[in-house]
Amino acid sequence: MEIFYFYLLAVVVIISGFLVVTCKSPVNSAIALMMTFVCLANFYVMLHAPFMAAIQIMVYAGAILMLIIFTIMLLNLGTAVARKGSHSVVWATVLAFLIALQSYFVINRGRPSGTTGEITADLVAKVGHTELIARSLFTDFLLPFEIASILLLVAIVGAVVLVKKDV
Amino acid sequence: MITINHYLVLSAILFSLGTFGVLTRKNAIVIFMCIELMLNAVNLSFISLSSYLGNMDGQIFVFFVMTVAAAEAAVGLALMIAFFRNRESIAVDDFSLLKW
Repeated sequence: MEIFYFYLLAVVVIISGFLVVTCKSPVNSAIALMMTFVCLANFYVMLHAPFMAAIQIMVYAGAILMLIIFTIMLLNLGTAVARKGSHSVVWATVLAFLIALQSYFVINRGRPSGTTGEITADLVAKVGHTELIARSLFTDFLLPFEIASILLLVAIVGAVVLVKKDV
Repeated sequence: MITINHYLVLSAILFSLGTFGVLTRKNAIVIFMCIELMLNAVNLSFISLSSYLGNMDGQIFVFFVMTVAAAEAAVGLALMIAFFRNRESIAVDDFSLLKW
């Protein structure tokens, strides 16, 4: 049963990803991108990572995509897409196809292996995914966490400085 | 039965779709969205491998990828607004000032 749901979601993800790439209007691309994000959140739930699904919805679909749509509407780009011509579609197709083919062969020829950790689906169900993430984030990854906060601060300051009319 | 390979192949397909978009589109915001698509493909493979190996580190990495993507969205869209103010366009062909 789960495999049918997987294939259904996979088809939706690929179709909406294709629409992101091919839609003429940027707003339509953004809506298709939101569909992709929501389906990926479904995959995260299927992979026993519900916290990741929640922040996928909140950060990507809620914050980043809203920012993109606001910018598209602020710049009024719906009317400015009329210019024809594109970069060499043929070479891009060949390159993308090669990347997909190469990854497919690498994935199918090899087997992912390594030292298996102790985070099983049962443990996630018992302790809670958020607690496990937090335990890891605030012990092993404390320094990267602090650096990420500084990165966000710099991004805020940079965005304000770039958009201001005269600094 | 869903294996790890299903997720990895799906992630590869999404990544190559994003690459195709980055190489063909002219609108800078659409290129930006395609880059987000590629980041999400990588996130999917991180989480599937993390779940397969029973290790939390991959999901922490996804957390940081999301942080960087948020910072990138803020700064990148600010750059595009600044470009639009100067050139009245955000087609990447008009950004060729530094091209040799």
